[in-house]
Amino acid sequence: MRRGPSTFNIASIVLGLAFLYAPIVILVIYSFNASRLVTVWGGFSTRWYKALLQDAQMLDAVWMTVRVGAVSATFSTILGVLAAIALVRGGFRGRTVFAGGIYATLVMPEVILGLSLLLLFVSVGLPRGFWTVTLGHTTLTLAYATVVVQARLRSFDRNLEEAAQDLGCPPWKAFLLVTLPLIAPAVAAAWVLAFTLSLDDLVIASFTSGPGATTLPMRLYSQVRLGVDPKINAISTILIGLVATGVIATYLVQQRAARRGDQRS
Amino acid sequence: MNGRAQIGGIRSSFAPWEDPAAKPLVRFEGVSRAFGDTAAVRSVDLSIYEGEFFALLGPSGCGKTTLMRLLAGFESPDAGRILLEGRDISSCPPHQRPIHMMFQAYALFPHLSVAGNIAFGLKRQGVPRTEIGPRVEEMLSLMKLEGLGGRRPDQLSGGQRQRVALARALAPRPRILLLDEPMAALDRKLREETQFELMAVQQSLGMTFMIVTHDQDEAMVVADRIAIMRAGEIVQIGRPAEIYETPVDRYVAGFVGDVNLFEGRAEADPAGVRVVSPEGSFVAEGVATPGQTAWLAVRPEKIAVHAEPPPPGENCLAGKIVDYGYLGDWTTYLVEVETGRTLRAARANATRSVDRPLGCDDPVWLTFAPSSAVILTR
Repeated sequence: MRRGPSTFNIASIVLGLAFLYAPIVILVIYSFNASRLVTVWGGFSTRWYKALLQDAQMLDAVWMTVRVGAVSATFSTILGVLAAIALVRGGFRGRTVFAGGIYATLVMPEVILGLSLLLLFVSVGLPRGFWTVTLGHTTLTLAYATVVVQARLRSFDRNLEEAAQDLGCPPWKAFLLVTLPLIAPAVAAAWVLAFTLSLDDLVIASFTSGPGATTLPMRLYSQVRLGVDPKINAISTILIGLVATGVIATYLVQQRAARRGDQRS
Repeated sequence: MNGRAQIGGIRSSFAPWEDPAAKPLVRFEGVSRAFGDTAAVRSVDLSIYEGEFFALLGPSGCGKTTLMRLLAGFESPDAGRILLEGRDISSCPPHQRPIHMMFQAYALFPHLSVAGNIAFGLKRQGVPRTEIGPRVEEMLSLMKLEGLGGRRPDQLSGGQRQRVALARALAPRPRILLLDEPMAALDRKLREETQFELMAVQQSLGMTFMIVTHDQDEAMVVADRIAIMRAGEIVQIGRPAEIYETPVDRYVAGFVGDVNLFEGRAEADPAGVRVVSPEGSFVAEGVATPGQTAWLAVRPEKIAVHAEPPPPGENCLAGKIVDYGYLGDWTTYLVEVETGRTLRAARANATRSVDRPLGCDDPVWLTFAPSSAVILTR
């Protein structure tokens, strides 16, 4: 017997989703607003997207953000895979402390993290710019990448690695030929997650960047302080699209991997 | 390479372990391995010979898997050494040992095809690309897997996966193949077929196999020699018939097959040893010091069941049937004797008879020959 959802259920779902997504929907709608006034609907237009293409500063910021995201996501994925291996496989002393150290950044206030990174960079005399932001984002996203890879590695059948070693692979080669291909979906998911986190970070970037290394969230934030330009709606819509695509792609990749896993067992 | 008359047949002439000049392929010398406070393997000495099908038999937790992993290289001994063709391989990592293993859950690589799985070890050996294809095909046809080379492991049945796992481990031609409970995941019928196939493969390739199992029937069927393990130690090594007919102690007697034991004081007797037990006084062949506690062990199928009192003689017990199990080929009777103990006796159903000659509560007499029983002192 199946009953339909009650009025209360429907109402709570609608209100809940509205609470979460109404601001975003409004932003997307207004990005196609023909009017210069942000709050007044002046008809459909893509003029702000066109204007965006002519805004060199904005495009620079986008390019900077993508580069920082890609490099920091790659770093944190590599480190995350290594950390996950140590956490899942390692029987070393101080494993708990190590795990705590990795996960601390998940709960550490970003402001503190950003400030301490800034202090570090200043004290070692590292010129602030692209690399400092990238390093900062690697620190920020490492914990997330580790969690994602660790979850997959934990359910990984170690007999497969032993079988590879038994058939003539040194341990590192067994990892490359057997483990890595099988945990690839989780590694890809970790990368996308790290990239997405880097993409929308404002706090760490503000602390650790220097002249000539302005990321998109920084540019948007400073623009808004000078008054809301409809171009911001347009770039934000693109950003949302990018992040949503990343999240959906990750979901699909993991779903496929899970389905294949089901068939196997 | 040897004089086996037929596939699956017993090689009565194959007994290198009886030849003092024969060089063992693998030698364990006082090998021990402990995990924390638990000794998994305790100073094991063992020799395995070229071309032998060797079984390690024991209950779970007896250390047989650890012993196999020591040979594969996944564990290293705390004490003692392991020799392969006279060379100490104790500190050699698994990938440098010419020893391959068939894993219990097969551990097939899910991201590779059947052919890719079989070629895996060949590629690591540096076999030329042009040779890999034919070698893989050869293994596929040996394992009756023709046409399945392109499949993924998840598209195969349990029996096919098992054969792929065997093919993958055999393809690089190891000096010794280790099989870790290879038939645990198969149903009974398939298991029996596979046991004979395994023997056929071992004999046609002339390779050395070592199987780890807790299934005594499996070990009896496939192995040239069996080592019985208990608590990390090897209790007895011998041909299946030696293990079954002359067990060294009560543990082995009870682990391999069913057995009836009579505990009592040993006395000298012209026919061997007399054991004075509460059930009666019985004679069997064997050696025991008079006065010591000894056990007379007799297997159910060696006890004759009589419906009428037999003529007076040695080794006779009266009782009544309390239960029986009809297995088609055999009937096992549970017979309660005067002391209240229940003994097992088995009788081959040599004639076709639907009417049972014996049933519950029927009085019966059990007899056995002194040569059919053995004396155990442990």
